[in-house]
Amino acid sequence: MSDTVVVTRPWPTGAAAQARLPRLLAAGQAGRTDLAHHLAAHGPVPYRGTPHQLIEEIRAAGLTGRGGAAFPTAVKMTAVAGGRASPVVVGNGAEGEPASDKDKHLLSSAPHLVLDGLQLAAEAIGAGRAYLYVHRHDRLRRLLGRALAERSAARRDRVAVELVPAPRRFLAGEESALVSRVNGGLALPTFKQPRVFERGVGGAPTLVQNVETLAHVALIARHGAAWFRLLGTAEEPGSMLVTCHRADATSQVAEVAVGAPLAGLLRLGSSPVQAVLTGGYHGTWVPAAQAAGLPLSNAAMRATGAALGAGVLAALPADRCGLAETARVVRYLAAESAGQCGPCLAGLPRIADALTRLSAMNPDVALLAHLERWTGLVTGRGACHHPDGTVRFVRTALEVFGGEIDRHRRGDCAADRARAPFLPVPATPVPATPVGPHRRDHWR
Amino acid sequence: MSIRIRVNPIACAGHGLCAELLPERIARDEWGYPIVSDEPVPPGILALARRAISDCPALALMAEEVPQPGQRPQIQRKLRRTA
Amino acid sequence: MSGITKTTALWYASRATGVVSLVLLTAVVLLGVLVNRQGRLPGLPRFAVTGLHRSVSLTAVALLAVHVAAAVADPYVSIQLVAAIMPFTSSYLPVQIGLGAVSLDLIAALVITSLLRARIGRRLWRGVHWLAYAAYPVALLHSVTSANDLRSGGLLALTAGCALSVCAAICFRLAAARASRRWPAHLAGRRSVDGYLTAAARPSPAQEVTHIEEGVPR
Repeated sequence: MSDTVVVTRPWPTGAAAQARLPRLLAAGQAGRTDLAHHLAAHGPVPYRGTPHQLIEEIRAAGLTGRGGAAFPTAVKMTAVAGGRASPVVVGNGAEGEPASDKDKHLLSSAPHLVLDGLQLAAEAIGAGRAYLYVHRHDRLRRLLGRALAERSAARRDRVAVELVPAPRRFLAGEESALVSRVNGGLALPTFKQPRVFERGVGGAPTLVQNVETLAHVALIARHGAAWFRLLGTAEEPGSMLVTCHRADATSQVAEVAVGAPLAGLLRLGSSPVQAVLTGGYHGTWVPAAQAAGLPLSNAAMRATGAALGAGVLAALPADRCGLAETARVVRYLAAESAGQCGPCLAGLPRIADALTRLSAMNPDVALLAHLERWTGLVTGRGACHHPDGTVRFVRTALEVFGGEIDRHRRGDCAADRARAPFLPVPATPVPATPVGPHRRDHWR
Repeated sequence: MSIRIRVNPIACAGHGLCAELLPERIARDEWGYPIVSDEPVPPGILALARRAISDCPALALMAEEVPQPGQRPQIQRKLRRTA
Repeated sequence: MSGITKTTALWYASRATGVVSLVLLTAVVLLGVLVNRQGRLPGLPRFAVTGLHRSVSLTAVALLAVHVAAAVADPYVSIQLVAAIMPFTSSYLPVQIGLGAVSLDLIAALVITSLLRARIGRRLWRGVHWLAYAAYPVALLHSVTSANDLRSGGLLALTAGCALSVCAAICFRLAAARASRRWPAHLAGRRSVDGYLTAAARPSPAQEVTHIEEGVPR
């Protein structure tokens, strides 16, 4: 699990001092998550009184989604608010990515900031209902339940919030899977016609926002767009949460300004690193030399084909086998397929198996041609982006760790085999007896 | 007004009728699932496209109007008969 | 064996079209299971299996129309037209004709939803289509109980053959439904994920692969 960022200075006051970190994680460091502490640190929820006003503030702030797609938040809100029926807002805290801890961390240290954001977003788009979607995790559910109870007792919430549990699956946080689950079904992606912002929960236009995005909304509403832009770059303003997995096997959730140098964040100089993974398990491997010069922004990363995604960064130590690590993750990704679309169901396990064989000693190089074909066949042919993301992860791994294949043919490997695997991969539950897709309890 | 074929990959079970009826736009991959071309369907084989859409046992095929510049695409399950 | 006279022509017509309808409905059910299991008929393309399923069912409906019309028009037995669709309202053999009415209603639902399937959507169409497994046994029961024809001789053998083949098809269909094909870890019937991944990576059997042809429009 990750450590918190420990900062002992008090919450900054004064406009100039506010161009400082932490922002989202500041008040949570005292270890208190109760409403009184939150109000003392941040003040009351700055409801505008009329819908749409806050959207303009968010547009001026240039806030983009922090769930991975980096879609402009104001554009999304406008689209949902312009729908035909009374809209619905859902806070997405189902962080299916095993290497990402930022949403769990945010929800456990600053739940009221997220809940403020949920209320403000609901007011901004004129929503009558709100939901908070989080993985089944007893401690977190209890904490959030308490937070909601406090708010309703203190009459701080204008829209009732329903807590919806999500299964602990990789795809549970996918937008259409989320809507399906909130509607009472299984958390499986659906064919996206019509789109969720037009017809989602209960057929209403639905705004789905990552919980970190909502927390930023809560702060922008209090301090304004100009304050938000004091950090970050001009095109990508503000701060963001990242989950860093450093080469010394420590991991940490940190709040950083967008555009901060990667090298400092991951302490790339302190121990030998061969490559950096950006964007999580649907992301991109970048060679260490290139990563050393990269700032943490989508604009800079785009040139190398990378992206921030949901802020997962992992620095692979030089004494690991990049192919073996990748193969292990891809086996997990293949098993996490929803199993609904033929190409994904047929292709991902074959890709996983080929990678596993390539990461063994004396691999058959003919597998590379099969991999090339299969990765091409699954891309863009599923109902969601699971195959596409997995292919991006695989292809960049082959580019960066391609040299490992030759080493393996010579009987050599970068890895010291006795060490534990580096990238975190949970065990996927396998039911004892075959069950059909509609009776699987682990999709609820 | 031209249309192109789209497939719902969740509904698709890989029957393969579509590739037989409309090889100009649909091929099958090595697992039997359709690879659907983005190209609009030429008017001469529109009837076959219509048949492929209506005959799919899984009702997985749809006709999508090729959007004129500036328009948003609409998905329809069946072709409108050209007036 | 009495000959067909003017007075009994309609009665014979009704019985004859009844028997042929039953055979055709048997074929429809078998073809339907074949379509679902992605089976093929030798020498025919896949769309022919679907096409046959549709054509044979429409032919069966046409013959059923004649069957009902002849039975209603026949003066020898009194079966009102309404008894053909409202079950158990016939004066002649109400239960047996009633079964026929039930099966006719179910078949009407099947055919109408199938003709409109593009408009009503996949889920509603599939839901109603499962009624086929109810329509057939009811039709069979109606056939066997309404007239003596099927209870002896060659027609008994024919009826038994139809019933057995549909039973076999239903068993086959149920067994296939139970085998989950869409959960990754059970694609190969393995219990462990790694076992599945290894099995799934075996080369798939040679599939017919057609290629996109820049063909001449037909």
